[in-house]
Amino acid sequence: MATVTLKDVRKSYGAVNIIQGVDLAIKDREFVVFVGPSGCGKSTLLRMIAGLEEITSGDLMIDGAVVNDVPPDARGLAMVFQSYALYPHMSVADNMAFALRLAGVPKAERDAKVGSAAKILQLEKLLDRKPGQLSGGQRQRVAIGRAIVRQPKVFLFDEPLSNLDASLRVQMRIEIARLHSELNATMIYVTHDQIEAMTMADRIVVLRAGKIEQVGSPLELYHYPANTFVAGFIGSPKMNLTQATVRGSHAGGVDVQLPGGGVATIPVEPRNATAGAACTVGFRPETLAMAPEGPMGGKVAVVEHLGGETLVYVDVGDGHLVTVKASGSTSAKIGDVVRLAIDTVEARLFDAEGQAMEPMNRRAIAGLATAAQ
Amino acid sequence: MSTSALPRDAVASPKVGRSKRGIDTRPLVWPSIAALLVWMIVPLALTLYFSFRNYNLTDPTVQGWAGLSNYTYLLTDDSFITSIINTVLLVGGVLITTIVFGTLFAVLFDQEFYGQGISRLFVVAPFFVMPTVAALVWKNLLMDPVNGLFAYMARGIGLEPITWFTTTPLFSIGLIVAWQWVPFATLILLTAMQSLDREQIEAARMDGAKPIARFRHIIVPHLARPITVVVMIETIFLLGIFAEILVTTSGGPGDASTNLVYLVYKTALLQFDVGGGSAGGIVAVVLANVVAIFLVRTVARNLDN
Repeated sequence: MATVTLKDVRKSYGAVNIIQGVDLAIKDREFVVFVGPSGCGKSTLLRMIAGLEEITSGDLMIDGAVVNDVPPDARGLAMVFQSYALYPHMSVADNMAFALRLAGVPKAERDAKVGSAAKILQLEKLLDRKPGQLSGGQRQRVAIGRAIVRQPKVFLFDEPLSNLDASLRVQMRIEIARLHSELNATMIYVTHDQIEAMTMADRIVVLRAGKIEQVGSPLELYHYPANTFVAGFIGSPKMNLTQATVRGSHAGGVDVQLPGGGVATIPVEPRNATAGAACTVGFRPETLAMAPEGPMGGKVAVVEHLGGETLVYVDVGDGHLVTVKASGSTSAKIGDVVRLAIDTVEARLFDAEGQAMEPMNRRAIAGLATAAQ
Repeated sequence: MSTSALPRDAVASPKVGRSKRGIDTRPLVWPSIAALLVWMIVPLALTLYFSFRNYNLTDPTVQGWAGLSNYTYLLTDDSFITSIINTVLLVGGVLITTIVFGTLFAVLFDQEFYGQGISRLFVVAPFFVMPTVAALVWKNLLMDPVNGLFAYMARGIGLEPITWFTTTPLFSIGLIVAWQWVPFATLILLTAMQSLDREQIEAARMDGAKPIARFRHIIVPHLARPITVVVMIETIFLLGIFAEILVTTSGGPGDASTNLVYLVYKTALLQFDVGGGSAGGIVAVVLANVVAIFLVRTVARNLDN
């Protein structure tokens, strides 16, 4: 049982504000991922929760109790570091038992706990080795094992997979997700990799420059980004963000003029959209299709065959490339002039400030119902 | 080692004398090896030769082979035993002092604090003072029972000033030498501290390690290797302490602060007994080599881990 609540948490180094007021409530047994570009303050926020960085102002509560001035080891947390931070002179077993040894736990109990953690992580055969004799993936597992042994209320992960190679990363991703369901613990995970965020999170917190941009389930963020930053950050290949002009609005939505002169009606609440205002239209690559009567047109600039699917980059004018996800058997070639059809229900419209306009008929998305509570 | 018999091994390992391109590099190295060999072997051979001769500068009429008499005379001399004990005490005491203070200073100066740069400079400064100068400064300005700072301080709290070089000669010399070598240990260990992964300290903090536990379980094991290096280098230099003794006590009172090196000096150049002095020199060389082999082995084992 562990909830983590942040209330207007701020962090500044002198005049530099790293975290500019974060409010967040993390529920028991939730897997929350902090994601954002380098320098957005996600690691700092995690270290503040861990107690390794002081909180300049605001309240951090674990299970409802303010822990701002509680030392790291008394907060009931365990952290997995990016560099693993294993103690090089201790064996794997000693590394995992270190916290228990300091806490004065008897040896028999220590061995039992280390044994069961090692079993979960398949480390039994490595217990006598030193960290220097392990591979990257094994070290990572030892670092996770060291956290498990302490039976913490909350697990903190600071970019734990960024030092691993791609295939190992996929494997460890699955393993951590499995651990989360097995251990029934609250987990907070920091990464700059949106794929890790999408695949593992119950809820994603997108951070930029020390502020939360949006909080929501992966699919909510994917389908209903709150602004152009989240729209561009979540999803691979990226969402197409095309500059357009508002032509007018009516009960059916907002008419926008797309590059190349075509007009499309996006079914969103008009709010303050006035004719002639600049706006940004966002469409996911899979919601575009090459069709003769499409409202947008251009020349194929790059074709990437991925086998099952093909990414076609279409220059719609001024060198602005629009990504289209086509089938693997598409016949598009570089230099082809194509028209693009838009699934306007799936298109998103952002105002001049980059804030999303509320789509009409918001669909219920799997996972959205729980996350919206 | 043969020069050409094992071409396969020679190619596999450039150390055998062939570069990666298969060129025999030994002729290029020989001149310097030869020069170094002569440099070392001539003094050693002469010392060995003199140690078996009757050779006293005050009496040129006594000549000829002495057999082992120089050695038996030396090894049965009370001064010799005293000097060996003094050497061990001096080296051991200074080593312990410098390692303890060097480690503490390294941890202290690794912290961020105001004036860190200038205080790091100050802690390293004694290392750049020449041994003779350092010894004179301590002898005349600090430890002098009449004019010294320590005497002044002792009188200030109503105590009798200590006559350092009379009552505790070996300890006083050890103090001076330790003052000179603490900076060396600090310097090596401070650089080692800076290579300590900060996340390890943070992980230890998360594991509930308080500062003393972090020092014992994380910092000391991390410093184990650099400490063995400091021990090895310092031992080699500390076996040859001479200037501090000459300047302060001249080995006295009696033999109380005479180490092996100083005994050789006294025998050869104060008693003009070149034969006896050479015998002492040979004993010193043998001892130094025994210590060196022992140290290099321990260090090598330590570095392998």
